[in-house]
Amino acid sequence: MEWASWSDFWKMGGYGLYVWGSYGVTAACVLIEVILLRRSAGDTRRRLKRMQQWEEE
Amino acid sequence: MNLYHFASPSTFYHLAGKLIPWFAWGAGILTLWGLYIGFFQAPTDFQQSEAYRIIFIHVPAAWMSMFIYLVMAFWGAIGLAFNTRLSFMMARALAPTGAMFTFVALWTGAWWGKPMWGAWWVWDARLTSELILLFLYVGIIALWAAIDDIKRGDRAGSLLTLIGAINVPIIYFSVKWWNTLHQGASVSLTKAPSMAAIMLQGMLVMAFAAWFYTIAVALVRVRRIILERERHTDWAKAILAED
Repeated sequence: MEWASWSDFWKMGGYGLYVWGSYGVTAACVLIEVILLRRSAGDTRRRLKRMQQWEEE
Repeated sequence: MNLYHFASPSTFYHLAGKLIPWFAWGAGILTLWGLYIGFFQAPTDFQQSEAYRIIFIHVPAAWMSMFIYLVMAFWGAIGLAFNTRLSFMMARALAPTGAMFTFVALWTGAWWGKPMWGAWWVWDARLTSELILLFLYVGIIALWAAIDDIKRGDRAGSLLTLIGAINVPIIYFSVKWWNTLHQGASVSLTKAPSMAAIMLQGMLVMAFAAWFYTIAVALVRVRRIILERERHTDWAKAILAED
């Protein structure tokens, strides 16, 4: 184990801004992709159903 | 068992549905394991102190950005050569995640470059060619979005993907061919890795996590594309009528 304490861990030897800036934005990118995908699940189905109805009329 | 069986959209739709939770859970578990190695087992680097820990996302993201592109080019080539519907759908399903990983590679690179090189960005061959990769992804996605005719869009997008594939070896070998500020490869197929075994292990676990994540997300997307394109068929109508 490299860390004496949690504050030591967050400081990352003085590079905290860069390390957490990298990990934070990566986590945000992944989360945004997953949330967008989940949100659009219902939209896709509704849109396809509507398209089906139009095409059948 | 016949492999062509799985190339039929309806079979693949159901198969993908069964596979998604496995890959999603796998990605989560591998990420936790990789982060544990990266932050709690890997030692402080003697040159870069703790800043090097960015490597555990930077390198896997950069690998994925190139690999996803090659897989897209592969599916595009198969689609153009054999006119298989599912191949084009796979290419379309992969592109957004490829673009996301390219952005992550560039972003984490900038946040690593700043403390180590003193600059967020330099126009060095490795960085520039990776930026071109991001533009290629965005261009391909935009092209697909712009062409309403599905078949024409598939062909045009795949053609652009194939032409742009020349950029991938340029990215990979840029650190050899040119004098770059970016360091050379720490891991290659031909020689022993120039890093501690535990650091390498953390990087590989994170790379597998990225793989599992990509497969899970791409399968979710490909299922929607399949449903959209097959909506006139009886099996797709039955699925859409379920709720």
